[in-house]
Amino acid sequence: MEQLRTIGRELAMGSQGGWGQSKEFLDLVKSIGEARSKAEEDRIIARELEHLKRRLADPDVPRRKMKELLLRLVYAEMLGHDASFGHIHAVKMTHDESLPLKRTGYLAVALFLDERHDLVILVVNTIQKDLRSDNYLVVCAALSAACRLIGEEAIPAVLPQVVELLAHPKEAVRKKAVMALHRFYQRSPSSVSHLVSNFRKRLCDNDPGVMGATLCPLYDLILEEPNSYKDLVVSFVNILKQVAERRLPTSYDYHQMPAPFIQIKLLKILAVLGSGDKQASGHMYTVLGDIFRKGDTASNIGNAILYECICCISSIFPNPKMLEAAAETTSKFLKSDSHNLKYMGIDALGRLIKINPDIAEEHQLAVIDCLEDPDDTLKRKTFELLYKMTKSTNVEVIVDRMIEYMINITDHHYKTEIASRCVELAEQFAPSNQWFIQTMNKVFEHAGDLVNIRVAHNLMRLIAEGFGEEDEGADSQLRSSAVDSYLRIVGEPKLPSSFLQIICWVLGEYGTADGKYSAPYIIGKLCDVAEAHLTDDTVKIFAFEIALGRKIDMLPECQTLVDELSASHSTDLQQRAYELQALLGLDKHAVESVMPTDASCEDIEVDRNLSFLNSYVQQALENGAAPYIPESERSGVISVGSYRSQEQQEASAHTLRFEAYEMPKPSLALATSQASMSTPPADLVPIPEPGYYKEDHQISRSQPSGDAVSGEFGVKLRLDGVQKKWGKPTYSSSTPSSSASSQQATNGGSHSDGGGSTSSQVRESSYGSKRQQGTEISAEKQRLAASLFGSAPAKADRKAQASRKTAKESPSTEKATASSSAPQPVKEQVTPAAPPPDLLDLGDEPVSSSPPSADPFSQLEGLLGPASSTPVVSGTPATSSSKAPDLMSIFSDDVPTGATSGSTDPTLGDVNLMSSLKGATGVAAKKGPSLQDALQKDATARQVGVTPTGNNPNLFKDLLG
Amino acid sequence: MIQAVMVISTQAKPRLLKFYNFQSPEKHQDIVRGVFQLLSARPDSVSNFVEVDGIFGPGTKMVYKHLATLYFVFVFDSSENELAMLDLIQVFVETLDKCFKNVCELDIVFNFNKLHTILDEMILGGQVIETSSEQIMKSVEEIGRLEKQSSTTSLIPKSISDRFSR
Repeated sequence: MEQLRTIGRELAMGSQGGWGQSKEFLDLVKSIGEARSKAEEDRIIARELEHLKRRLADPDVPRRKMKELLLRLVYAEMLGHDASFGHIHAVKMTHDESLPLKRTGYLAVALFLDERHDLVILVVNTIQKDLRSDNYLVVCAALSAACRLIGEEAIPAVLPQVVELLAHPKEAVRKKAVMALHRFYQRSPSSVSHLVSNFRKRLCDNDPGVMGATLCPLYDLILEEPNSYKDLVVSFVNILKQVAERRLPTSYDYHQMPAPFIQIKLLKILAVLGSGDKQASGHMYTVLGDIFRKGDTASNIGNAILYECICCISSIFPNPKMLEAAAETTSKFLKSDSHNLKYMGIDALGRLIKINPDIAEEHQLAVIDCLEDPDDTLKRKTFELLYKMTKSTNVEVIVDRMIEYMINITDHHYKTEIASRCVELAEQFAPSNQWFIQTMNKVFEHAGDLVNIRVAHNLMRLIAEGFGEEDEGADSQLRSSAVDSYLRIVGEPKLPSSFLQIICWVLGEYGTADGKYSAPYIIGKLCDVAEAHLTDDTVKIFAFEIALGRKIDMLPECQTLVDELSASHSTDLQQRAYELQALLGLDKHAVESVMPTDASCEDIEVDRNLSFLNSYVQQALENGAAPYIPESERSGVISVGSYRSQEQQEASAHTLRFEAYEMPKPSLALATSQASMSTPPADLVPIPEPGYYKEDHQISRSQPSGDAVSGEFGVKLRLDGVQKKWGKPTYSSSTPSSSASSQQATNGGSHSDGGGSTSSQVRESSYGSKRQQGTEISAEKQRLAASLFGSAPAKADRKAQASRKTAKESPSTEKATASSSAPQPVKEQVTPAAPPPDLLDLGDEPVSSSPPSADPFSQLEGLLGPASSTPVVSGTPATSSSKAPDLMSIFSDDVPTGATSGSTDPTLGDVNLMSSLKGATGVAAKKGPSLQDALQKDATARQVGVTPTGNNPNLFKDLLG
Repeated sequence: MIQAVMVISTQAKPRLLKFYNFQSPEKHQDIVRGVFQLLSARPDSVSNFVEVDGIFGPGTKMVYKHLATLYFVFVFDSSENELAMLDLIQVFVETLDKCFKNVCELDIVFNFNKLHTILDEMILGGQVIETSSEQIMKSVEEIGRLEKQSSTTSLIPKSISDRFSR
């Protein structure tokens, strides 16, 4: 409250005492408050703890003093210091006869211990005894402690007493007993399953407080299994009605609202029970309509109830009238100045568009405002909404926005989430591959280390395989545009490593494909990359390998790089450097066959790697080299080498090495036997580096995994491949095929492991220079709104394409109808538990209980009357008339009966809202024409058939796998 | 259900911590720090809701109220209504105000056991059981009265009473 004052002043007051605490405690708090540093504070508390330890063990301390000592201990623990030595004293104090001491003991125990703590056993006994106490306060304290401390094993010990307490004369005790049972249910549903009927019984408790408390466990039970509680729908509706009609004692009013918390809980329960159940929902419409009509938008709690109503309506079987009322309230929320209400409005809108996507259009400007709000929570909520309403027509705008926002997030958890959402939307709705690649670039650039490594693979594969159609030209165009963009980006400092890997791969593979860039240029770039990222071995290897893969004629600078790398600390790099040098020693033809140009898109990656190796292997074998390296030696070399080379990647090294140790015994034996004969032949290989064997082994092994891109991550693969069982020596280069299936699983698993650790290893790059200008003029907002909600001018030419596509949200109404048509056994009997007179008395009802379909609607119409009577601004009719059929069709789909009344009203409301949007604020009026434009365009687009109705041709379905 | 109730001063000092799902004491400080960072970064006149998936697990939200030198924070999951929680904070603060007659931070520091008592009357096992501040005050006062009655009889030091009981 406002009366809370600053600490300094109160400290001065506090030193004079008056809080019923001792001088010592006051001094302690004061000195902590005045402590200059954390270290000083720690010293003070350490001293205090020493003191407490002595005093608590002292038998001569007065018991009242003991209470304070214990509280000081609790205080010390709250500040983050270990007070475990005092836990036993807290347990002891629960045994005390005196009420304040006992309560303090329980308080401390509940704060110190959890149900798994060893000392809890000592407390269970006390709780058992105290539950039988005559003093209801003792019982309450015991129940509170039971909620906290009784674990699954201890439940049977106290359960009988708790059940007895359900009939206690004091309502406070009954309430707590209900809660304790609820808690037991949460801990272990099976142990109290036979007592569920008790909750139903308590629903009819004479005390509304107890009834309200019972709703909590019932809500959980109903969530679990709604069908066995359908019989309670009528009771719940009756209770809600009576609460809403102020039949409860006024002491339950809160800010002039009758028992709002009970209302909210009931609405939550009804939402669950009415979901997909037409008959149950039918009972609810009247009372929901009542609540809407009485709704108080001035107070916070009134809005809470209205919001809960909207949630309920969006969850139960849809009713056009109700939806309309909900939409009305939602728009009130959105137009409110309060951020809290806007937040609720956005959330409500997100629920309503699931039923009727068109509702969002009325609120486009409000949504845009929320998107630009300084409030981060609101922004996130709005992005969630946009995510829900993304379709192929607006995906570009939404994803662009998301990325722009993502750049500035510092919270890792959320950044990961939004990055994966961007990827998901882009993969699902991308209008073109080019856009997809650009979007992916942006995502990688800013959150490269946070996205799944699979996404990177998908991107590379997309570039390699193109559209999957016959159009080679488009493919190469795509590639060259990718190369262009990567060449632009590659010079930037601080790119995430997974993104760099993609860049290097694409540049290496396709950099020279269209002849625009010369090979030396590309190689130069790649060398730059390699040099710029000296600390990052993986990237270096990557860039290097690609460079070596591409070119035969060496540049001098490249040569120096190779020389440098061959002396590198990293054995991996060294090995590759030597490989390259060896390769250069070969004749041109061999190199050609080793590294065919653009082979990856034809036979997927595998071909490239395999041919590269096969030819080499063959060559080596022809020269009389040993066909393979014995496993024991291999594993030894590999694990040592990799360990040294990847000291930073400890995590990955550990995982992978762990797998290696799990190697089946037989293969080991086989391997060792072959170890002896391996060394001599190795000398016969033209370039006798042990690495060569490893390389052979690795790549040929990567072949069976069938993953195109996995070959690129050779570093990782090599480590996990030790499990491989090799057959007898053979000259054939395609040896591994037999073991393909056995390898696949392990390879795949550890491969992704490695990838994950790579990305996590690299530090997050805070790369937010390209932030867009935050401030936007209203016209721009307008445009944004149009592009988000309707069709933007830029998209007009894509109409034809769009018409093939569909929105992600298929009309959920259809679904609802389908589900409701399924026979739903609704028990219409009278509630088994007879309602108590004060709550469920249906005798004299002020509002006549006419069938729900007729009465509330007429009242609702009254509610909506003034709104719909506002004059329609000229210009809008055109839009509305074009829109009308659309809406009509939706509503007629929605509810076959009563279509006449249902379809006309929404249209009116629609027109109305638009006009109010236009006329309400000065800004809106100014923006009027362009909004009109947008809407008209939208309307025409709809007529042409852009309205998303078909299925989106999932461009990347194959990629998503 | 409600996961936690916290009162944190604007100096990042915890004034009251109550977790309805057990959190080890070592974790408390991390949570307080995390929550305080979130809160202190938020400007005034924005919404009172923050999503705290990162700290308390998926789907958790936090409602807070900044009053004078204190943040009152409730953490809860999807089974609670945000606006209602905001009002629950209101109930809590109103009750404190009634209890301490113009509550200030120091009242809260010195009487955190009383805060726990009040909170136990409002929330049990993570569920709201009472929302009327008058009702809460009544129970708290009764507890206080009964405590006083019984405490007057036990002023004798433990060792002496032990001697007598032998």
